[in-house]
Amino acid sequence: MAVMEDDLVRQDAATLASAIARGEVSSEEVTRAHLDRIAEVDGEVHAFLHVLNDEAMESARAIDARRAAGERLGPLAGVPLALKDVLTMTGVPTTCGSRILEGWRPPYDSTVVERLRAADVVILGKTNMDEFAMGSSTEHSAYGPTRNPWDLERIPGGSGGGSAAALAAFEAPLAIGTDTGGSIRQPASVTGTVGVKPTYGGVSRYGLVALASSLDQPGPCARTVLDTALLHAAIAGHDPRDSTSIQAPVPDVVAAARQADVRGMRVGLVRELSGEGYQTGVSQRFDEAVKILTDLGAEVVEVSCPNFEYALAAYYLILPSEASSNLARFDGMRYGLREGDDGARSVEEVMALTREAGFGPEVKRRIMIGTYALSSGYYDAYYGSAQKVRTLITRDFEAAFTQADVLISPTAPTTAFKIGDKVDDPLAMYLNDIATIPVNLAGNAAMSLPVGLAPEDGLPVGLQVMAPPMADDRLYRVGSALEAALVDRWGHLLIEEAPQL
Amino acid sequence: MSTDHDTIPFDEAIAVFDPVLGLETHVELGTASKMWCGCPTEFGADANTQVCPVCLGLPGSMPVVNAAAVESTIRMGLALNCSIAEWCRFARKNYFYPDMPKDYQISQYDEPLCFDGYLDVTVETDDGPREFRVEIERVHMEEDTGKLTHTGGATGRIHGADYSLVDYNRAGIPLIEIVTKPVAGAGALAPQVARAYVTELRDLMRALGVSDVRMEEGSLRCDVNVSLARPGEPWGTRSETKNVNSLRSVERAVHSEIERQAHVLLNGGRVVQETRHFHEDTGRSTSGRSKEQAEDYRYFPEPDLVPVAPSREWVEELRGTLPENPSVKRARLRAEWGISDHDFQTIVNAGALDLVEESIAAGVDQAAARKWWTGELTRVANDREIELDALGVTPAHIARIEALLADGSLSDKLARQVFEGIIAGEGDVDAVVSGRGLVVVSDDSALLEAIDVALAEQPDVVEKIQGGKVQAAGAIVGAVMKATRGQADAAKVRTLLLERLGVSE
Ligand SMILES: [Zn+2]
Repeated sequence: MAVMEDDLVRQDAATLASAIARGEVSSEEVTRAHLDRIAEVDGEVHAFLHVLNDEAMESARAIDARRAAGERLGPLAGVPLALKDVLTMTGVPTTCGSRILEGWRPPYDSTVVERLRAADVVILGKTNMDEFAMGSSTEHSAYGPTRNPWDLERIPGGSGGGSAAALAAFEAPLAIGTDTGGSIRQPASVTGTVGVKPTYGGVSRYGLVALASSLDQPGPCARTVLDTALLHAAIAGHDPRDSTSIQAPVPDVVAAARQADVRGMRVGLVRELSGEGYQTGVSQRFDEAVKILTDLGAEVVEVSCPNFEYALAAYYLILPSEASSNLARFDGMRYGLREGDDGARSVEEVMALTREAGFGPEVKRRIMIGTYALSSGYYDAYYGSAQKVRTLITRDFEAAFTQADVLISPTAPTTAFKIGDKVDDPLAMYLNDIATIPVNLAGNAAMSLPVGLAPEDGLPVGLQVMAPPMADDRLYRVGSALEAALVDRWGHLLIEEAPQL
Repeated sequence: MSTDHDTIPFDEAIAVFDPVLGLETHVELGTASKMWCGCPTEFGADANTQVCPVCLGLPGSMPVVNAAAVESTIRMGLALNCSIAEWCRFARKNYFYPDMPKDYQISQYDEPLCFDGYLDVTVETDDGPREFRVEIERVHMEEDTGKLTHTGGATGRIHGADYSLVDYNRAGIPLIEIVTKPVAGAGALAPQVARAYVTELRDLMRALGVSDVRMEEGSLRCDVNVSLARPGEPWGTRSETKNVNSLRSVERAVHSEIERQAHVLLNGGRVVQETRHFHEDTGRSTSGRSKEQAEDYRYFPEPDLVPVAPSREWVEELRGTLPENPSVKRARLRAEWGISDHDFQTIVNAGALDLVEESIAAGVDQAAARKWWTGELTRVANDREIELDALGVTPAHIARIEALLADGSLSDKLARQVFEGIIAGEGDVDAVVSGRGLVVVSDDSALLEAIDVALAEQPDVVEKIQGGKVQAAGAIVGAVMKATRGQADAAKVRTLLLERLGVSE
């Protein structure tokens, strides 16, 4: 089937890549179509902070030239991608959604970008995010909120709301996110897209501006499970520049996505991640998905992870502690914003004024919590105890994975909420990540994929699949089987039901 | 009210108080690359040319441990009789300062790589050499900071400067920090024990090849903790003197701090827990920031690095590579050379042990090697206030000079000029000899010519000599030496001129 130019932006990445490989369409045409789409709709959506119009077209033409010269290119060659603004790319502004990094152009590529270049993926631009990835709504970006393409009055999730919205708005078929407590999965959930947080250490963090080093993990986002797998395979694998990256072969996620078979798999329902606090429509769609998995031949069991109830509390000590240290370097001395350097003020005053002016309220809140939690005399009670909880949560997972091959839960307790609803209530905002945080604390892999619209508001609901470390392939087996069954039922991907922008 | 500079004489201080020392020594390891990145560690490059995203702490960059630095630290730990941790982590030490690219330093906190060791040192006393055991608390790894230069202002410090420049070439250079347990009981010998300990550490690191310890380049820095207490009483409040960057200064810093604290205490004052800055020029320290309220560095395990877990096999393998311990080596050389304790200690005190040993190995006669290194060269080094081995003179130079002395092409006096030339950077021995035209004039005809000229110029002296006053020949010898620019052999000149005049001694 020839790809119609009008439809280019609605195609998935696998389809575009094979059309480009067969010469039915050029990367230049595909890239142009996406840049046009961005120009057309991003004024409303505001998924992008920086669009690389010229650079993207140049890369696309270079890839077309190499294909024309007979070079064999990779499985995503020529396909455009939206990059979260927390990963460095040489010479391209990287703000992390913060004023404090305004104007900084990193002199080096993150490993993820290096691998995307090696895979001949065309990078369209940098996407919006909560400042330094702190948030669940992208409202905490210093450059204004991103809007959910399903309902422009609503949040696209966070912190990677820009990447998820770019997918949902058909501005890009692929996107990169980063997930510290749910920043890939929760935006995927509320935008009807797919996102995976790989096993901690599965994808290099080199060049990812750190929020919480022991929790952060870059990962793939797309509109289909297979696209997500293809992108996952392109960016994953050991990197000698990241000591915490795992020295082991990447699980064959693409094969698993193509396998799409859950027969004989044991699927565990996590008792603690359901019931009270979960929106009715979320629970309903989740329960239907569980029934589909059973129908597909999976054995569904219930498991208990009793320590998950402490996950949020532990997370909000570990994350701010590490963040308070990671964000210390933004002091106005070497790059980014510098405030109050009038020749009379001291170094300390300039540092303080810069941080005062450059950081938003959520960042300041977490830096203060973290600074306090690490203080001598409080360390054991806060950071120390949180690390113990972390160990307990890891053990809960280990026990659960003796009973089940994967665990499942709703990704987020609710569908997308209205912009402004929770921005002044940090605790309500933090609860969005209640189901996603345990995975980050334990270092496991997890996926969110769409399982329908909540009847009460017509907004997407996400289901989370969780797998043991380095068993990322299981996510794709389950995700693609479920996706195929749902597409069978609906006749199309859920995203096709999103309103026209 | 006593001022910060008032002191009482050392002997009086020691008569009343027992000093307790603690030494924290930072040494730059001699690895080719930095602690977390591949940048070179060479000293003296243009500012900010040996940097990359990692050692500049750019957002997103991540450290990777330099395995050679871990190996050096373990070897140092083993040489200091330490236990080596089976598993330990790096920690972040958080504080804001512009010389720290990340505003935290990656160090080790409660899990040092090496711990619980000791180092035996010897100091000279009136009753002969005395040995002290300095117990080692820990040896750990960390990264160096950048170097700040403060311009303008009176103090050369950051406060009051017009502006400050930062050179990050030094940022991320691997350091080891060696911390002693409290050293008590040295009494009046405390300053010497401190110096002997740092000297011994330096020799050990050089012997291990883990650092060449260029003190003049700041690659060894010492923080000296001193407290005083009356005998039998609990230890007093300690001060920490920073910026002590030479062996001589270590001794002086302890000495002057004992005198200062004694003055405070004997005048009813209270020693303030504080950081003091040592000044090489005055040998005194001045008060820095008060540490009464301990700074909170908010240490926590570095999440960007995996733990260091050296296998026992590797540790044992490294133990097998340890060279002869310097104290063992000293005992061996003392026996081999068969010289007096005094002569031997002179060599040790001059920091010339290795240099003498290497000179002997290069073929130099033992007495000659000792003479040059502890005599002329030590004098020059002292004048310049630098270490002996920083002069630029090598054992190979000594061997060459000795060969030229042996075949008569140099005199002792000329040899000193050769050293002068080497130290001035004029090249090696032969380059200095030819460059300066330093050749002993031994050709008789040339000498006779000069003698004839001198005799003709001083007929009155000739008359005296011929009249029996042979000692008057000195004037002629002097004139000939002057005419040959000192390159003639004076004894030979004398013999020749007496022959010429037909006079015998
Ligand atoms: Zn570097």
